[in-house]
Amino acid sequence: MLRYLLPLGIFAALAGFLAVGLKLDPKEVPSPLIGKPIPEFVLPRLEDPKRRFGSADLKGQVALLNVWATWCVSCRAEHQVLQALKESGVVPIYGLDYKDERDKALRWLQVLGNPYEAVAFDEKGRAAIDWGVYGTPETFVIDKRGIIRHKFIGPLTEEKVEDILLPLVRKLKAET
Amino acid sequence: MIFSPAPRAIWPLAPIAFALLLAALHAGAGTVARYDFSGPVTEEHFKAVIGKLRCLVCQNETLLDSNAELAQDLRDEVYQLMASGKSDEEVIDFLVARYGDFVLYDPPVKPSTYLLWYGPFALFVIGVVALVVTVRRRTRNPESTLSAEERERAERLLREAGEGDEHP
Repeated sequence: MLRYLLPLGIFAALAGFLAVGLKLDPKEVPSPLIGKPIPEFVLPRLEDPKRRFGSADLKGQVALLNVWATWCVSCRAEHQVLQALKESGVVPIYGLDYKDERDKALRWLQVLGNPYEAVAFDEKGRAAIDWGVYGTPETFVIDKRGIIRHKFIGPLTEEKVEDILLPLVRKLKAET
Repeated sequence: MIFSPAPRAIWPLAPIAFALLLAALHAGAGTVARYDFSGPVTEEHFKAVIGKLRCLVCQNETLLDSNAELAQDLRDEVYQLMASGKSDEEVIDFLVARYGDFVLYDPPVKPSTYLLWYGPFALFVIGVVALVVTVRRRTRNPESTLSAEERERAERLLREAGEGDEHP
């Protein structure tokens, strides 16, 4: 009996591993920064280069940091989700404009609407390296103590907002 | 025929093909051309370090090979760290802290990768044990030996085959 059950068992185990493997997205590299304090940075603001925006401005509240750029196609798809989130007033969204051109970025916000409380302009992408950014869009969820609690890789969708983001924000807001 | 010589007309193209082949083999040279290797960082050392690191955009390329923009930025970063006197470990730690173990082409040995590193050896040992057990069981198992009748028949067949055999 064992002689028949053994290959069957091995097959079942292999099929199980492959089934899980199919569901994994190799493009989603888990961030080692989750659970760590936000990386320090100070950058000029997109709207006004004379003013600064930095990690200090993100602390003390539950907030999102959204990495975007005008050359990023999926950022455009994500934009209306961010806009809706802003209108709901649940959580403040900050932007990190990654390797972009100021004029284009300003026009983008003018035409499509501005969901951000403030946008840091990371022209060289140096601050983004410290955040472990490897593509756009990426969205970090930051808690009141300035700890990164979650990272969305790829565009936020209504489903992701409903299923993951909003419950997480509620939980983080309840923390002291 | 396994090898058919190329028609004469394309032979003049051979040097070009050869040059292309050399260029392909020399991949990575273009990505580091912009750096100054007259200082503390040697080209060989720099290539060795970035050759161990994975590009996060095109995931099957190293930082040495990739032309992705992020790879370029990370090469600049690694070059600057090395030029400022950081050791290889410090440079690698810098990237792992930001991008995780994924940036390493060789995954580190730690509990979550034990299966990856030692799994093949474990499978090998299991295989050897299974082989030994099977062989032993067979030599002891009377079922696998021939009965006198069968042996006689086998010998007869072999003899007949031997007689009809024309080959040496």
